[in-house]
Amino acid sequence: MTPKKVVLRFPADVADKPIIYYLVKDFDLMVNILKANINPHKQGTMIVELSGDKFDAGLAFLQERGVNVQPLSEEIVRNEEQCISCGACTAICPSQALFIDRPSMIVQFDGEKCIVCQLCTRACPVRAMEVKF
Amino acid sequence: MSIKTYAEINARLREGKAVVVTAEEVTTMVQEHGLAETARRVDVVTTGTFAPMCSSGVYLNFGHSAPRIKGHQITLNDVPAYGGLAAVDTYLGATALPANDPLNSNHPGEFRHGGGHVIHDLVAGKPVKLRVTGYGTDCYPRQEVETYITLDDLNEAVLFNPRNCYQNYNVAVNLGERTLYTYMGVLKPRLGNAHYSTSGQLSPLLKDPYFRTIGVGTRIFLGGGIGYVVWNGTQHCPSVREGPTEGSVFAAGGTLTVLGDLKQMSPDWLVGASILGYGATLVVGIGVPIPILDEEILRCAARSDAELYAPIVDYSVAYPQRRPEILGLVSYAELKSGTIKVNGRDVPTAPLSSYSKAREIAHLLKDWLLSGKFTLTEPVQLLPSPDAGLTGKALEIKGPKE
Repeated sequence: MTPKKVVLRFPADVADKPIIYYLVKDFDLMVNILKANINPHKQGTMIVELSGDKFDAGLAFLQERGVNVQPLSEEIVRNEEQCISCGACTAICPSQALFIDRPSMIVQFDGEKCIVCQLCTRACPVRAMEVKF
Repeated sequence: MSIKTYAEINARLREGKAVVVTAEEVTTMVQEHGLAETARRVDVVTTGTFAPMCSSGVYLNFGHSAPRIKGHQITLNDVPAYGGLAAVDTYLGATALPANDPLNSNHPGEFRHGGGHVIHDLVAGKPVKLRVTGYGTDCYPRQEVETYITLDDLNEAVLFNPRNCYQNYNVAVNLGERTLYTYMGVLKPRLGNAHYSTSGQLSPLLKDPYFRTIGVGTRIFLGGGIGYVVWNGTQHCPSVREGPTEGSVFAAGGTLTVLGDLKQMSPDWLVGASILGYGATLVVGIGVPIPILDEEILRCAARSDAELYAPIVDYSVAYPQRRPEILGLVSYAELKSGTIKVNGRDVPTAPLSSYSKAREIAHLLKDWLLSGKFTLTEPVQLLPSPDAGLTGKALEIKGPKE
């Protein structure tokens, strides 16, 4: 299967548990951590790319343990009305999810490539990039 | 060698017989039909730019309350406006920030709300909180007013921008070791990216670099409405040098002061902006028509991105320390390709100026001209050209008698 990017939100009481270890050991999932913000006793977030035959069972396990799982594409959205297609975000975006279409020179956003690093949300002069929880 | 006059072009515009093309379109026409033939056929070339322009603002007259107040301190949506004019006149600058803004205390500051955002709200017809305090006089006894105004409530609201439409601009890079938060956007360390901010072959002042047609009184597209060039912009020091390839130019330094009635402008073309770590500003849309009076004017107006060059400047040291060195020249064709070479390295580029919106402006202005709603004005006075030899004065730090 092709890897799927998901956002994991860990409640404070789960943040210090070795959840990823179980995903690998018990579900044989390949885990690629794209971004993590985990602190003991605090709510944490992790963006991971998961692949493996027991993908669905792995997600069910996560939810059972209280980890909120969401597909990544829902996370950063572009307010199309606000975007002025300047391009200030495009060289900042580390995954080329934001890019300039040539020769139209219109700025495009490919949510599939977004790793939700959120750099664009502050680099955008007109605040057209929004985090959706 | 003049082949056309303003009056002749305007007559053709009114008769619906004029040939109007954008600065992009004319480039291809000249390549296909040659200069002489295109100069005979084309009457007007339209240009466009849509980019952050900090030296922008509006002056307003908000009318007299009963009893009257003489404004001493004035805020609009908590953003301070100038209180040094007559009682109920004020000027709101695009970069003004509320007194309680954290600025860069938690660097990089976000500057989410400033003068540019208030101008955007005003032009969008949204209610804006007006707060005025005065010290009280016999003729203006009131000392405080707080109310909500909209654009319609104001007697006058005039966009008046002392420096807009920069002819050309630096390509900003960062040679240093830490990320920089500049008015040219976020610059990643060790040549991580290169940011530029001109619409290249669509940029108004790059298409008339000798200021043969743009002058005091030139009617333009401004913020989605009609505006005028009223003077040269501040720091106007135009120069034109030969570029590195044959026929190419490195023109820079020209600027415009522009003015227009805010009431007929649009929030699509005047947009408040927040530049991370730098401040608030206003993105302004400007389009200037260039009458093709002769072949030479066309030769300049038809230069393509490949023939227009910009300087690469380091923003870690050279720019902030006001050092003149540049890291080379690069064409807009290279910049628009997405990668340039700097110090032998491939550096990804990104614009801060919206090329697609600049193209829309050039097309809107073309439509206005063709519909007859917009005619050309002959300048009452041309602006200083590169021949004037203007150079910028630096600020020296000195005592009163030095």
